[in-house]
Amino acid sequence: MRHSPRLPLYVTLATFLLALIACVAQFPAMLSWRVAANLLTDNAFLGIVAVGMTFVILSGGIDLSVGSVIAFTSVFLAVLIRDAGIHPLAAFALALGVSTLFGAAMGAIIHHLEMPPFIVTLAGMFLMRGMAYVLSTDSVPVTHEFYGWLQSLYWRAPDGGRFRLIGFLMILTFLLAMLALHRTRFGQNVYALGGSAQTAQLMGVPLARTTIGIYAVSGGLAGFAGIVYSLYTSAGYSLATVGVELDAIAAVVIGGTLLSGGAGFVLGTFFGVLIMGLIQTYIVFDGQLSSWWTKIVIGGLLFAFILLQKVLGWATTARIRPATASAARS
Amino acid sequence: MIHRNTLRGLLLGAAMLTPASARAAGETIGFSQIGSESGWRAAETTVTRQSATERGYDLKFADAQQKQENQIRALRSFIAQGVDAILVAPVVATGWDEVLKEARDAEIPVVLLDRTVDAPDDLYLTAVTSDTVHEGVVAGDWLKEAVGDRACNIVELQGTTGSSPAIARKKGFEQSIASAPNLKITRSQTGDFTRAQGKVVMESFLKSEGGANICALYAHNDDMAVGAIQAIKEAGLKPGSDILVVSIDAVPDIHLAIAQGEANATVELTPDMAGPAFDALEAFWKDGTLPPKWIQTESRLYTSADDNQAVYEEKKGLGY
Repeated sequence: MRHSPRLPLYVTLATFLLALIACVAQFPAMLSWRVAANLLTDNAFLGIVAVGMTFVILSGGIDLSVGSVIAFTSVFLAVLIRDAGIHPLAAFALALGVSTLFGAAMGAIIHHLEMPPFIVTLAGMFLMRGMAYVLSTDSVPVTHEFYGWLQSLYWRAPDGGRFRLIGFLMILTFLLAMLALHRTRFGQNVYALGGSAQTAQLMGVPLARTTIGIYAVSGGLAGFAGIVYSLYTSAGYSLATVGVELDAIAAVVIGGTLLSGGAGFVLGTFFGVLIMGLIQTYIVFDGQLSSWWTKIVIGGLLFAFILLQKVLGWATTARIRPATASAARS
Repeated sequence: MIHRNTLRGLLLGAAMLTPASARAAGETIGFSQIGSESGWRAAETTVTRQSATERGYDLKFADAQQKQENQIRALRSFIAQGVDAILVAPVVATGWDEVLKEARDAEIPVVLLDRTVDAPDDLYLTAVTSDTVHEGVVAGDWLKEAVGDRACNIVELQGTTGSSPAIARKKGFEQSIASAPNLKITRSQTGDFTRAQGKVVMESFLKSEGGANICALYAHNDDMAVGAIQAIKEAGLKPGSDILVVSIDAVPDIHLAIAQGEANATVELTPDMAGPAFDALEAFWKDGTLPPKWIQTESRLYTSADDNQAVYEEKKGLGY
């Protein structure tokens, strides 16, 4: 008689629809191809990194390093392309390799040294931000023609909105993540680990491999988000994407994933990202509200979702307890 | 909500106070501001809002909180909204090509305020900025004239090491005094653009050089000058007469110091970048007149000859 694990997802979907209706009621121009295209393009890097964060939070962990990894990757790419003169595709491969290995290394430390993910990834955050500064303190423009070609790949909507490549890359990432979470052994292990590490071990889940894999996925996706960010701005900038890890965590929680792990869906994260984008768009459309209201609204939503999780948690335990009590009596 | 309503009320009130001659064209203008990291920037925001209200524009304001991704989002939202023009004070020079192309395709003119970008100049209408080298020149020219023929040892408080205004203001000042062999910079150190550092560094100048051997102080901004004035007073000297003080920015506090005779001159970095931008936009809307790609704002010199008390009263409410 447990409540459906999809309930928070439905709440997220309802929140998104309500927010959309409220926005469109006040600003009819918000229901346009252009705004839809903007939401996908401007949130592409955030969406991709939030997918990685979903894996990590589902397993009961946290990854604070992703914002720094995005900035590092963007500077790394720009410097490689400018100074080493290598082709962007080769640079992309190198950057993905570095970020995935970096994530895996953090996962290994978390598992083998039994350190809290919060501390390990906090160290990772400082390390990567520092590395980005060492590479270049100035913003480095990327002028390679391959970038121009990738940026020219977009579908132009009737009203002039541009659905760019990076938006499609984000959607593709979400689709692949759904497959990985629900159709593979690794995905089941992620959920099992988040439910309870001890139970997972008893069930025969390879803890080391799963933990390292999860942080490698998060690091790799942060690297991928870095590539997308680099395409987004055609530059590498060591001060970029400060605090994006917190936006990603917020998107995951607003998307209905349980912060303690074990329950949640990447589809929810997708709508979590869109809800945050919608709030920002609304505030710019209004033009009089302080943009700090974005933070206030997101804070309020986060609080509401944490409360919802708590209430659902109570509802579940309240139903289970009488059952175990009667079992003990018999 | 309360916040928004009070703001709207204020704007409405201000709109009713504007003279009838102001045209109520009702153009919508989006303004993407970097943030409010300094008093000057806060003043720029206030002045932009005021002059938009005076001209009857509907100003959509977006504070990017120092983040480029927020600025790009705001620009795209402005385009989606179909505003008549966009003002942007870019937080960083790179990464604007794509979004500026979208604005151009939507036929929305973009004016850069206060800083420029690394993008082809056909992607924006014009850039309104100050010439920071020229600011240094104006400060140097004033000092040359004030000192005349007597020998003068100058100490210099530089801005943040490596920052572009620090480099440019140093360069301009040196260019100007190069023609006067009696003027010599004897000490030059960074005071990081802050009041506290300005004071500390000036104290060390006074100790190492001896107050009697310093004839003038050149500070890259007013805040450092205000700190240094404190140090000069604590050393038992009179700032403004024993040691001449010239600096740049023209923030309210330096006007007060000039009014009290503790500082001598300041070069204004005007917070009114939007005024020239609006003029250019109006000409463009009217008959498609294209402004020059760079509109240089006036680097006005304020000395004790101006009514600094009045300027102080006028500026102190701008949010500096």
